[in-house]
Amino acid sequence: MLRLVFLGRLSDLAGAPERMVPDAPTLSALIDSLEAPLAAALDDPRVRFAIDGVVCARDSAIPPGAEVAFLPAVSGG
Amino acid sequence: MAEAALDIRLAETALDPAGELAAFMAQHRTAGGIVSFTGQVRGGQARIEERVEALELTHYAPLTLPGMAALGAQAAARWPLEGLLIVHRIGELAPGAPIVLVAAASRHRRAAFEAADYAMDHLKSAAWLWKREKANGVWRWVEPRTDDRADLARWAR
Repeated sequence: MLRLVFLGRLSDLAGAPERMVPDAPTLSALIDSLEAPLAAALDDPRVRFAIDGVVCARDSAIPPGAEVAFLPAVSGG
Repeated sequence: MAEAALDIRLAETALDPAGELAAFMAQHRTAGGIVSFTGQVRGGQARIEERVEALELTHYAPLTLPGMAALGAQAAARWPLEGLLIVHRIGELAPGAPIVLVAAASRHRRAAFEAADYAMDHLKSAAWLWKREKANGVWRWVEPRTDDRADLARWAR
């Protein structure tokens, strides 16, 4: 299982800040397996991804059991 | 010159800028200059007819503090600093509450001014923090400001 973490406004769209889902081989496959409105939001080029705490590209492979975080544009300070 | 002393933290409870700055100054008693910036939750109207009641900052532990530490190291590599302090609040804050404190100590003032400015510009648009505000009882995520991106571009080289 993968632990998905949704940050910022993506947590509202996902309905919860975290979710467990079956393993998926790549980020693209993972995103395609999610409900359409959420998948569409994750297709925004400003959304970044982290696998096990490391920021990575959209075509990255996902190890089984990983934590995948979805990071919308930041607004700190 | 000795390596700069970096003190980079996230604060889950109230941030005391005066106390933090006093401790930082005591630690850098012989620095020629210390510059600090305190960010506070803005009061008044966020948008027309709205009043901000609260602000919440979310972080992502695997990225946020390591990213801030990397930012501190970049500033220390770019300017001859004796010390750099960055404390950023997370969690829910009321209007007027301090959100962020940056302080830079250096032998000469210019490096301290610039390093503090650089750290703030990067915290605003490159740190892994997400902000939402409550107005009229409704929470709304704060989108990045284009000004913040422009501020970041000042440091490109």
